[in-house]
Amino acid sequence: MSSVNATTFEVLNKELAAKIDTIITNNANNSTKLVGILLEVQAIVPKQYLPLEIAAYISQKMNIPLSRIYDVISFYAALSDVPRADCVIQLCDSVVCKVTGNTVLKESLQELLGIKVNEITADGKYALEPTACFGACDIAPAIRVNGRVFGHLTSKEKVKKVLDNYK
Amino acid sequence: MLKTVSFITENFGKYDPKSIDSYLSIGGFTAVKRALTMSSNEIIDMAKAASIKGRGGAAYDTGRKWSQAASVPGLNKVVICNADEGEPCTFKDRAIIENDPFRLLEGMIIAGYTVGAQNGYIYLREEYSHLRPLLINAIAESKAKGFLGQNILGSGFSFEIHLYSGAGAYVCGEGSTLIESIEGKSGRPRIKPPFIKECGLFQLPTLVNNVETLAIAAAALTHGIDDYIAFGTEKSPGSKIISLAGNVKKPGTYEIPFGLTIREIIYDIGGGITDDNELKFFQLGGASGSIGPASIVDTPYTYEDLGKVGLTVGSGGVLVVDDRTRVIDFVKSIQDFFIHESCGKCTPCREGNRQILRIVDRFVDGAQNPRDLETAERFAHIMSNCAFCGLGETAQSTLLSAIKYFPEEFEVKGGKLE
Ligand SMILES: Cc1cc2nc3c(=O)[nH]c(=O)nc-3n(C[C@H](O)[C@H](O)[C@H](O)COP(=O)(O)O)c2cc1C
Ligand code: SF4
Ligand code: FES
Repeated sequence: MSSVNATTFEVLNKELAAKIDTIITNNANNSTKLVGILLEVQAIVPKQYLPLEIAAYISQKMNIPLSRIYDVISFYAALSDVPRADCVIQLCDSVVCKVTGNTVLKESLQELLGIKVNEITADGKYALEPTACFGACDIAPAIRVNGRVFGHLTSKEKVKKVLDNYK
Repeated sequence: MLKTVSFITENFGKYDPKSIDSYLSIGGFTAVKRALTMSSNEIIDMAKAASIKGRGGAAYDTGRKWSQAASVPGLNKVVICNADEGEPCTFKDRAIIENDPFRLLEGMIIAGYTVGAQNGYIYLREEYSHLRPLLINAIAESKAKGFLGQNILGSGFSFEIHLYSGAGAYVCGEGSTLIESIEGKSGRPRIKPPFIKECGLFQLPTLVNNVETLAIAAAALTHGIDDYIAFGTEKSPGSKIISLAGNVKKPGTYEIPFGLTIREIIYDIGGGITDDNELKFFQLGGASGSIGPASIVDTPYTYEDLGKVGLTVGSGGVLVVDDRTRVIDFVKSIQDFFIHESCGKCTPCREGNRQILRIVDRFVDGAQNPRDLETAERFAHIMSNCAFCGLGETAQSTLLSAIKYFPEEFEVKGGKLE
């Protein structure tokens, strides 16, 4: 589960460690805030994930067993222990987006990015992930790009316009 | 004719949700001020008289829940606002937080005062993290003005509100699972008893309410309940915020009085079906709700009338589906959702969902075996009776209602779908 190659990434430099310390301090080193802390940390790690070295660092700083940290990381869909990308594009595959016709959206994304759903571009820039309903059904079909929601994506032109913001 | 009403949503667009001064200028915090002059019992009686059914999905009577929570002994109790809103086709809690975060805080303070809690927790889904700054600001400003913190408005009542984040797990909307998540753990439901009202978050007596439920409580204390119960029907008084979406011209959140027909919701409020297509069916209450065919579109939207045709209000989702979607493809999409969201703790849900998906996939391809339908139905019933939590219990509502209302779509003709 903890991916082996995570150790080969040398992600945790001094600067990042200091930022993680701040996040932990802002949350009063409170173990009940673990889910939120991991989300905050993941957002500042390059490629938006939680490698082993960072999980271990948090475990040590907060005095929480590493196994518990991994229980949390592996359980929640919004946390990842494998590298994602600079730009994480989440395609809603729940039912409202489906019935309002998200096939065009899906195909446009795949074509424009040159990857399939669940893949990452070779340069590590874009990841295309399927995701459950994020409550934007009123503007379905919708996607989230690094947490920001875009809706009414019914044509390739509209999809392209959104992606142009993330060049 | 205007069919929507404005009671729970009356403040939407009327003030700047980033500013407590703006909220105070439209009479904000009247509800808290009034509540603090009342006794706990008086507030509970008011909630009971309004017969506010919980808006998170389970429709439990709020007055009753508060009365039970108030009578649990304990000097230290907790109120949780459930803002996990994971049900597909449900976004009304988002609308409340976006437009009227202060009313939500008022509802939490009132609930805390009524049941005798010192701390409130908002559990906000990760997908709504863009709303965090709004809530953080509302909490800070309310505290600065003395509506939160020690000895609120000199009443002797003290209350704090803390904001916690989910991380993308539908099951965390279930009360005990949400508590596990706030405690910093993975989201798997707890066994009951002990009931969370006696032993919940940090082992303390805990009240869990939905965002909309709390907003109604605050609205009722602002205006009294007469205007509220004037809406609706005798058995389903009041109004409800629905999340209307799918193949409908004007999707969105609308506050409606109970008793409108589903036809009125879809055609008068929603402007009709996209491209004037034919209505095929609708699903109420999100993925865990049942579907109903166009032939029952004249059913009034009330707890009692929907119950008669096997539908529920649930979270208030109204998903409209036209004749371009096959029922079986819809069932498959719901099934995929529950496979993804099942926490895996109990066998009926973890394995039941997988086995049913295999069968559903065969139906999608028209390659089902003669006994598939019977097996799927049997497994679905086992799940609703034996699953550990509400997720597994309701996961097959779509399939079972689809079989009931669209039997022809499951007919086997020489091993092929007709
Ligand atoms: C799997 C599952 C998911 C749920 N998700 C939510 C949710 O997102 N929001 C919510 O308010 N209630 C949700 N509920 C219902 C809660 O368990 C609970 O009944 C509700 O929050 C109580 O508040 P209310 O009485 O004000 O409705 C969910 C229940 C289950 C079983
Ligand atoms: S019913 Fe499903 S979600 Fe609930 S405990 Fe069982 S496996 Fe987990
Ligand atoms: S179904 Fe796609 S955002 Fe809700």
